[in-house]
Amino acid sequence: MPDTPQRPLPQPIDRTRPFWDGLRERKVRIQYSPSSAQWVFYPRSHAPLTLADDLEWREIPGTGALYTYTIARRPTAAEFAGEEPQIIAVVELDEGPRLTSTLVNVAEADIRVGMRLRPVFDDVDEQTTLLRYEPAG
Amino acid sequence: MPGLTGNAAIVGIAEWKPERRPTNPPMFTLEQWARLSREALDDAGLSPADVDGICATNIRESDSFVPSTITEYLGLEVNFAEVVDLGGASCAAMVWRAAAAIELGVANVVVIAAPSWPSPRPPNPPAGPSSWRFGASSANYGSPQAEFDIPYGNVAQNCGYAQIATRYGAQYGYDPEALAKIAVDQRISANHNPAAVFHDNPITIEDVINSPMIADPLHMLEIVMPCFGGAALVVASKEVAQRAANRPIWITGFGERVLHKTPTYAADLLETALLPAAESAFAMSGRTRADVDLIDVYDCYTITVLMTIEDSGFCARGEGQQFVREHDLSFAGDFPCNPFGGQLGFGQAGLAGGMSHITDAARQLMRRADTHQVADADVAFVTGNGGLMSEQVALILEGD
Repeated sequence: MPDTPQRPLPQPIDRTRPFWDGLRERKVRIQYSPSSAQWVFYPRSHAPLTLADDLEWREIPGTGALYTYTIARRPTAAEFAGEEPQIIAVVELDEGPRLTSTLVNVAEADIRVGMRLRPVFDDVDEQTTLLRYEPAG
Repeated sequence: MPGLTGNAAIVGIAEWKPERRPTNPPMFTLEQWARLSREALDDAGLSPADVDGICATNIRESDSFVPSTITEYLGLEVNFAEVVDLGGASCAAMVWRAAAAIELGVANVVVIAAPSWPSPRPPNPPAGPSSWRFGASSANYGSPQAEFDIPYGNVAQNCGYAQIATRYGAQYGYDPEALAKIAVDQRISANHNPAAVFHDNPITIEDVINSPMIADPLHMLEIVMPCFGGAALVVASKEVAQRAANRPIWITGFGERVLHKTPTYAADLLETALLPAAESAFAMSGRTRADVDLIDVYDCYTITVLMTIEDSGFCARGEGQQFVREHDLSFAGDFPCNPFGGQLGFGQAGLAGGMSHITDAARQLMRRADTHQVADADVAFVTGNGGLMSEQVALILEGD
């Protein structure tokens, strides 16, 4: 048995597959509810707050700002051993919703809450692309 | 406002000394329930035959039908059978639910227990990883955390509290020494509490700041020490409380607020669930912040205590660091905060960690805290915090 258990990867469900398929195509798609004029992430069956069932998929640039982060100096779980330090971030998309990601291609000293970020599409295996972020410009 | 009228009281306490490496053999949860109930009822001077209500958290022996599994094992027949699943807020949530059931006349004596001692492992454990390997984060199929958070390493508690602390710092500024002082002041109290895991280990602000950074900006000594233990309370009606062995500790106010599971999806990460919960507790009890003699507040991290002091209304938002610098938070200080040492000094025995704030507040008001007794303690403010500041219960407890 390997020392480090396999990294946990997303198991898309039918509801969320357009998001993951989009990442594979280098596109960021999230849901939008016309009746409540609300962008939604993560993908759901109904819009939060209104429970409207009119969610539709729309492509967005995927850019945003750093809402908060931490630098994990120890693996947050055994599965992530060897990846530390991991810069585990909350990114606020320009459309409003926030998502969990990790920052790449940035020096620790340059990280600032509020900094502009752009997507990095990380093909971690044959099926899965994760959405990471790097400083924009 | 509607709510409790202060006619239900904590009358009995059981609490096992937390241990990092258990010196006694494992016990099944049901066995722990029996032993804790017996000890708490003995402390109250009541009999198992008096019990007509129970409030539980999850047990290892059964994923569902928890209350009936417990009542059968204990031989109880009850009118109130509740399970609470609010993480570190579970115990405080159980207290007000018990009080509410008693005030409604549904029950007279309710036992609340949080067994957190190791359980025996099965001889042939099922294959596959432990369901707790990501802490409170759920890796179950279809769980939003499994799909959108865990794959990025955003797992469990350290990461989320560190993100909260970073955001706090970006908004209000961050003084590592003020945060460290919370751990130091509580450790002073722990050094006076023989039951605390860190009873024999004093620390300084420098020790905290020089301890390893685990997840920026959280140092190791700002993070709770997981350990094993267990605790239980007996909550009783006024009529029963008057014939019980201890000074009744009345539950005069509570508030509860539950928001999100993962900080990423908070409407505002610094808008904790506590502010409305604390407002409710004070309004219901009719007490003001100035009436409070001590606070026993959930302390999984130093940032938790800082934001709790602010959102409970003891100072304004963003002024907590100055407040901490200006006050002595130890049991003998001018603002006793977790005078038993808190989970940071006493140890966090699983869900019983959330009971430790309540057992301490009750002991303080019963004037049974001996070596770490707060002088003239009559009114305590207590919180339980589950998840990532997002499940909050506030209580006001009062002696006669």
